[in-house]
Amino acid sequence: MLNLACLVPIFPLIGSIINGFFGLRIGKNAVGMVACGSVALSFLTVLLMFASLLFTPAEERMFEQVLFTWMAAGDFSVDFGFQIDPLSMVMMLVVTGVGFLIHVYSIGYMHEEYSYYRYFAYLNLFMFSMLLLVMGNNFLVMFIGWEGVGVCSYFLIGYYFEKKSACDAGVKAFVVNRVGDFAFLLAIMYIFNIFGTIDFSDVMHMAPEKLIFGAEPVTIITLLLFIGATGKSAQIPLYTWLPDAMEGPTPVSALIHAATMVTAGVYMVVRCSVLFEMAPLIMLTVAFIGGATALMAATIGMTQYDIKRVLAYSTVSQIGYMFLACGVGAYTAAIFHLVTHAFFKACLFLGSGSVIHGIHGEQDMRKMGGLKEHQPITYITFLISTFAIAGIFPLSGFFSKDEILYHALMDGNIILWGMGATGALLTAFYMFRLVFMTFWGESRVDPHVHPHESPKVMTLPLMILAGLATVGGLLGIPLVHGWHALHNWLEPVLHFDLAATLEHSRHMLHAQGEHPASWAHLLIETEHNVWVEIALMLLSLGIAITGIVGAYFCYVKNPDLPGKFIKGQWGYELVKNKYGVDELYDATIVKPTVVGSFFLWKTADQKGIDGGVNAVANVIGWFSVQARVFQSGFVRNYALFMVMGFLVLLILMF
Amino acid sequence: MLEQYIGATVMFIMAIGIACGMVFMTSVLGPKRHFAEKMEPFECGEKQIVSPHQRFSVKFYLVAVLFVLFDIEAVFFFPWAILFKKLGMFGFVEMLFFIIILGVGLCYVWIKGGLDWE
Amino acid sequence: MEHIPAPAIDFISLAPALILSVFGMLVLLMDLFAGKNKNLLVFASLVGLVLAGVSAFAPKALPVVSFGGSYVVDHLSVFFTLIFVFSSALTILLSIEYNPRNGIRAGEYYALILFCTVGMILLASATDLIMIFLGIEVVSICLYVLAGIKRGDVKSNEAALKYFLLGAFATGFLVYGMTLLYGATGTTKLAGIAEVIHSGQTNSDTLLLLGTVLLIIGFGFKVASVPFHMWAPDVYEGAPSPVTAFMAVGPKAAALVAFYRVFATAIPEIGTTWDTLLMVVAVATMVIGNFGAIVQTNIKRLLAYSSISHVGYLLIAIIARNSLGGSAIAYYMMAYAFMIFGTFGIVILLGEKNSENLEIKNYAGLGVKQPAIALCMTVFMLSLGGMPPFAGFIAKFYIFGAAIKEGYVVLVVIAVLNSVVSLYYYLKIVVLMYMKDSERELELSMGPITLAVVAIAVFGTIEMGLFPDPILQLTQ
Repeated sequence: MLNLACLVPIFPLIGSIINGFFGLRIGKNAVGMVACGSVALSFLTVLLMFASLLFTPAEERMFEQVLFTWMAAGDFSVDFGFQIDPLSMVMMLVVTGVGFLIHVYSIGYMHEEYSYYRYFAYLNLFMFSMLLLVMGNNFLVMFIGWEGVGVCSYFLIGYYFEKKSACDAGVKAFVVNRVGDFAFLLAIMYIFNIFGTIDFSDVMHMAPEKLIFGAEPVTIITLLLFIGATGKSAQIPLYTWLPDAMEGPTPVSALIHAATMVTAGVYMVVRCSVLFEMAPLIMLTVAFIGGATALMAATIGMTQYDIKRVLAYSTVSQIGYMFLACGVGAYTAAIFHLVTHAFFKACLFLGSGSVIHGIHGEQDMRKMGGLKEHQPITYITFLISTFAIAGIFPLSGFFSKDEILYHALMDGNIILWGMGATGALLTAFYMFRLVFMTFWGESRVDPHVHPHESPKVMTLPLMILAGLATVGGLLGIPLVHGWHALHNWLEPVLHFDLAATLEHSRHMLHAQGEHPASWAHLLIETEHNVWVEIALMLLSLGIAITGIVGAYFCYVKNPDLPGKFIKGQWGYELVKNKYGVDELYDATIVKPTVVGSFFLWKTADQKGIDGGVNAVANVIGWFSVQARVFQSGFVRNYALFMVMGFLVLLILMF
Repeated sequence: MLEQYIGATVMFIMAIGIACGMVFMTSVLGPKRHFAEKMEPFECGEKQIVSPHQRFSVKFYLVAVLFVLFDIEAVFFFPWAILFKKLGMFGFVEMLFFIIILGVGLCYVWIKGGLDWE
Repeated sequence: MEHIPAPAIDFISLAPALILSVFGMLVLLMDLFAGKNKNLLVFASLVGLVLAGVSAFAPKALPVVSFGGSYVVDHLSVFFTLIFVFSSALTILLSIEYNPRNGIRAGEYYALILFCTVGMILLASATDLIMIFLGIEVVSICLYVLAGIKRGDVKSNEAALKYFLLGAFATGFLVYGMTLLYGATGTTKLAGIAEVIHSGQTNSDTLLLLGTVLLIIGFGFKVASVPFHMWAPDVYEGAPSPVTAFMAVGPKAAALVAFYRVFATAIPEIGTTWDTLLMVVAVATMVIGNFGAIVQTNIKRLLAYSSISHVGYLLIAIIARNSLGGSAIAYYMMAYAFMIFGTFGIVILLGEKNSENLEIKNYAGLGVKQPAIALCMTVFMLSLGGMPPFAGFIAKFYIFGAAIKEGYVVLVVIAVLNSVVSLYYYLKIVVLMYMKDSERELELSMGPITLAVVAIAVFGTIEMGLFPDPILQLTQ
């Protein structure tokens, strides 16, 4: 059954080709059928594979399918193949399952668009790339998918290419991502340099033998990998593209910029967990970057008025939690939160799309309000998901977030926990601010617009996702040992023998004549403390309720209060302007690059070369002056420049 | 060891001396009548700086270039003739090809009108 | 009387060069009697190229050595012969519709391309300095004429003259370098030079190093590396578009393979002395090429600068001086051939009746009006920028791999950074095509043959990106 793996990405690819080339001819209905049908086929295939994986003994749940040898140069050889194990299976289920729902939703949402077929061609292509990313059995296949989703994201953000802001946002997303991709590529090269292979399972098996715990190579590799992850997953310092990416159609935001693509970085870190475990310094960095991002994005989320931007910052913040979990070694918690987040955030985005659809394209929350009467289904599903993200028992977000916070305290330190807890408070606050401003209170909608509920094709996915957001927490029931289904499922993939690794590293260091640092403290197991966990749960439940009540107080009881409070506060202005990070990047990176190019052209290549030639002419003296009299045109300059190059090389040589 | 270069060195110095001496002597002894054409770097009957769009006859140049071309090719025949017997059949066949290629060139020039004066 | 023995010659291995020489002369003669109709010439040239390409596979066991070790046919040279034949054939195909439209009527055009191909084949197989010089001159002289073949066009004339003058100048450096190498080692054979250096019996190390510097300049000019690149933008802009594409691929590949042979087989032993120089040149080439390209408004000038930057990457393979580098260059040039001929095919397709329409801003709105062509252009641009899954990515990957293997990590980092910069101007074109409205209506000349060339190029670019292995096997 697992041999079907190669079919999974092929279905969307075929769909994309059909829609891309014949989309205009076959008509809108057929386009929608092809797009959804191909993803549905993928999803069904994945379900079959999941069933067959489920009935394999836990330790044998690892299947590699090599399609062909992709390239072989000298001692370098890469296969094009897929790796099906519990971790990639979870991702495949999320990607195809949530992807399918969003495809269905798109049929309704995009129905009025002229280039409907283009949208679906890109969306299917995205599914193909994303599946390559999660299914690849080596770094290069993953990188191909990684770049592929980047390109599709670029196409889809710039889907409304008549809008300049959309084009700019697309370019920004692409360029910022390239910074991360560059680091990722370097990491792959370095890995190949050390291991002589880039196959996931080989690298992870060989890592404890070839690398020294905490030494430079593994630290550099993981740092580069993590920089790659920050680009794709919108973490500090490369998060600025994601809020702008909201220029794309809303279902795209739901699929790419909430549920799947942006979590690729988390997946990658978990996939390379063995390497990260061996670099404690980078682990700490990952945790702190994650925590800081969670906190910072949450503060910005409180000040935004564009409904999609609030959700975008919320996404950045939630992915921060996932990295926080990775950083303290709680990979299961990270994947758990990734899954639940895919459910409730997709639902939230699609819900916001439904709202925007219902009031004809308005995105400013100040022009909404009172929509719960007009859009009851949207309201209820949205509310459920909001409770989930705020972490209210027994919805899914409660379980996954508490697991992260528990591990942050027990395996990390109190600062990390504090960041996470504060973030949770802010999350509850800004999410309910959003709900209250959008659905409650008096209507501030333009009187000419009559809000209406969205069609079935849109509300049905909302209901399914809200259902998943409700029960998703059952995947990871805490407290009772052995009831955490996801933990049991992922256990074989994440297995890492720290003691043996440390022992081996110690031997390697001895062989090099160096003395290893004392690593004894790393081996102390932290006991799973049920009482601490229960206390933390109650505490964070209290935090969430505080946030909700606070939002209620500020936006329902006293709608004037926030206005008075923020007036003249420089702190508020700073946060509202997103801490000025965009401006900072513009001033320090974008501008200098553009100016530098102009400098090289105008000054270096034109003035510099001519000027340089003149300078050399003076040095060489009489001869070149004579040459100048007899020659004409610019050929002289070119030739003299060659001579100059010759002199420089000569000086360098001797 | 360096003695063997004495002759060459003496000749070298004399050559420089004569060249420099002549330039020096003409500038000292010669009458100085400056006029426009004379001040040009090359006094050759053609104006130095003219519009490149002007038409001029390329016949002289063409014939001169063709002459140089075929003349140089002909030079190759001399060493070949001297070693003709030693080279044997191989040398003969090679030269045959050489002449054929030259012939193609000649045909080309001829039919293209490169040799027509009018 | 003793005979002078005839040198050992394996005519089968020489077949591509011989066939093309014969066909070149045939085409030249046919032109004299063909009148205005050039179709016969095109047909004959293509037949010659196909025969030459097929005959490249004729030798049974490689390598075959001829002319007393100055000419060798090995896997590398066979592969390069294929690149040359292929790029010449594409050039001729592109010219079929371009030439009449732009007033190029000279029948010598086709003969010159064939002769040029002969020179390139000689260059790829040459293992003797004199043979290399011969090849370079055959290639260069044909190119000087080809650059100026648009006789009525001032820019084309200017290009030819500039190229000729500077080319002659550079040849001086090259020959002088070869002379010094000969003076230092007493042989012109590449293997012989390596042997003499290895045994430490050089006449003068100073002469050897000086010769190396001069060779870098000579070859550096031929491949258009900074600071010997300044002819390239002018010449690329002035020459007819098919010739520009040809120059960017065939002769450049030929010069590179000769460059590689000299530096990797004759003087690798003194590599630590010249790798710094080449690194400086490579980095300067990448930087000036990429930053120069960013501000161009003319598509041909942009491609000229972009091609300079690609030379920068290719030089890295020479610096690596291992066999992987050789096959990396081969692979890169094959991939580059597809990308460049495709791009120039599109440039030619977009030409109008009375102008070549080379301003980049005229590409605006192409994504709406000609979605298929815009898509092809996007593929080429992404591939040139080194994006997977296209050929350009794999090509860069091999080059960088070869360098990393020899420990030139910093150089590779600089190159990767540069390829990021290069994406800026490649994507600029993509953005223009898809995200700007066109300012005016274009009367495009959609020639079917040119379209076919673009289709071949797209296929090649994607194929080599997805399945690099078969092609790579050929290079090794």
